[in-house]
Amino acid sequence: MNVLNFINAFFSDSAHWKGYDGIPTRLWEHIWYSLLALAIAAGIGLPIGLLTGHTGRGGNALAMIATAARALPSFGLLVLMFIGLGLGLLPVMIPLVILAVPPILVTTYEAVRSVDPSPVDAARGMGMHESRVLLQVELPVALPLILSGLRSAAIQIVSTATIAAYVSLGGLGRYIVDGLYQRDYEKVVGGATLVAVMALATLGVFWIANRVAVSPGVRRSN
Amino acid sequence: MGGYGQPRRVFGVLIRIDSVTKRYPDGTVAVDRLSLEIPDRSITVLVGPSGCGKTTTLRMINRMVEPSEGTILLDGKDIQQQPVNTLRRSMGYVIQNAGLFQHRTIVDNIATVPRMLGWGKDKARSRARELMERVGLDASLAKRYPYQLSGGQQQRVGVARALAADPPVLLMDEPFSAVDPVVRKGLQDELLRIQDELGKTIVFVTHDIDEAVKLGTMVAVMRTGGHLAQFAPPAELLSHPADEFVEDFLGADRGIRRLSFFSSAGLDLLTAPIVAVDATAEQIAARGTGDAPYLLVTDRGGKPLGWGEPRELAADGIRPAELLPYGRPFVAGTDSLRAALDCAVLSPTGWAVAVDAEGRAAGVVSQQAIGEAIRGAHAEGRENGGTTPAKSDTVTKVTG
Repeated sequence: MNVLNFINAFFSDSAHWKGYDGIPTRLWEHIWYSLLALAIAAGIGLPIGLLTGHTGRGGNALAMIATAARALPSFGLLVLMFIGLGLGLLPVMIPLVILAVPPILVTTYEAVRSVDPSPVDAARGMGMHESRVLLQVELPVALPLILSGLRSAAIQIVSTATIAAYVSLGGLGRYIVDGLYQRDYEKVVGGATLVAVMALATLGVFWIANRVAVSPGVRRSN
Repeated sequence: MGGYGQPRRVFGVLIRIDSVTKRYPDGTVAVDRLSLEIPDRSITVLVGPSGCGKTTTLRMINRMVEPSEGTILLDGKDIQQQPVNTLRRSMGYVIQNAGLFQHRTIVDNIATVPRMLGWGKDKARSRARELMERVGLDASLAKRYPYQLSGGQQQRVGVARALAADPPVLLMDEPFSAVDPVVRKGLQDELLRIQDELGKTIVFVTHDIDEAVKLGTMVAVMRTGGHLAQFAPPAELLSHPADEFVEDFLGADRGIRRLSFFSSAGLDLLTAPIVAVDATAEQIAARGTGDAPYLLVTDRGGKPLGWGEPRELAADGIRPAELLPYGRPFVAGTDSLRAALDCAVLSPTGWAVAVDAEGRAAGVVSQQAIGEAIRGAHAEGRENGGTTPAKSDTVTKVTG
């Protein structure tokens, strides 16, 4: 028996494609947790990163908080949240968001800081409002780097969202946790494969986002 | 198309800088009680070594830097009286490296200010295309992105963008410093041509005194610490520097540079020492007896080919390949005495070749004759109170 046999067996078993424990259900649950966590993390990281990057203030404090947050183990945090908050979505979201905010925040800050200052000076000199300077001059140029921050956050979320299964939630982690418990290695390998495929799909989504959202003038000049 | 045929819309206005000081919190004084009256519809150049406060002065005019003391009046109105963004939209702003928005196409870069002023997209874009033509950019570049353009082309876009909303004032902060000398000369000539058509009030910052002398109707020389050293038309600056600092800053060859302000029209051009390439030995011998030690040989169309010794030419016939090079000719009447002198100095025979607008030889002139013309021009300059008529018909008032 090798890994490929496990994978083959897992995906060819029609029972794995139906019901509340079927692959489509678990996949959608996983995507839902990941999107939610990414949206919350982006909701926190993007505005703070854009503002600190634009004003240039608070960069050091930001780097310190981000480093500290990166040092927190997600699984340990999950257990702690579970003890404090009980079962549910919230104890899962907190570690995922804490995991995802630093890469978003730090790359967004760095991306805005590294924008060539002369177009910004020109924009101010021609009477552009500060908010427009940020959104119409700095953001479009910083976008490729900001997207790369979002991308690494998204991939970390997708792979870490498996821990949701430990607090009785669904998602692809279900197969891994249950499989280990039931010594059903077919399930474990199948679940892990699905997570890996999802991570690759995430890369694909961001590649497309980069094509669509970044101006050719920026993409080609970098 | 568009703009050329239309009447001028917005002319430049007068800017009065009144005893303005910029002091930074750490005590550094960038500009010290500076007073300047920047005449309307002309180019005023602020020039000086780094740290002289020229850029700070420029940036105080559009309030990118707020003065610590003093007032700046634009067309008689204090610039503090209107909202800062309204003020800035009434002034074109051109910086070094152009500062183009790399995510926008050329046409959209130029349309930025009109769009901010609420113009519709189509109107702003057609205005942008009109300006591309005005600054000498090919229409095919409209849909390109800045990275696809050369440095010189990008700077043209920068100028077009600053002119897009037809502001009365244009502020230019070392706009041509980052491009190579050949492109820079092209941009300078283009700016003078555009200014001729538009009549804006242009404030131009540079550290290059040659650029200042070439572009400025008035030149303000500033010294370290933000003091005004001299404010005068360029010809007067070169003939009567106010003090040692200005003299040093103008450089050792200011006498030569001053010749740019004297026309070559007064030179006595000799046509006798010119022969056509198909001249007979008798014709050559007849021409060779004049004052010139060499004869200038031209092709059948009258374009210069090179110099030859009369005796050799008469004896051996004219062999174009063996002629001495004639160097770079000057255009009689159009070029300055400086260009004529330069031609004579560079010529292997010591004689300069004058051509007409079509490049046909109009005559030859010796270094000695140019020297006499220079002495004559200087004498005339002294009679006119130290300034030459070329550029001195503008305000020469110095305050402060």
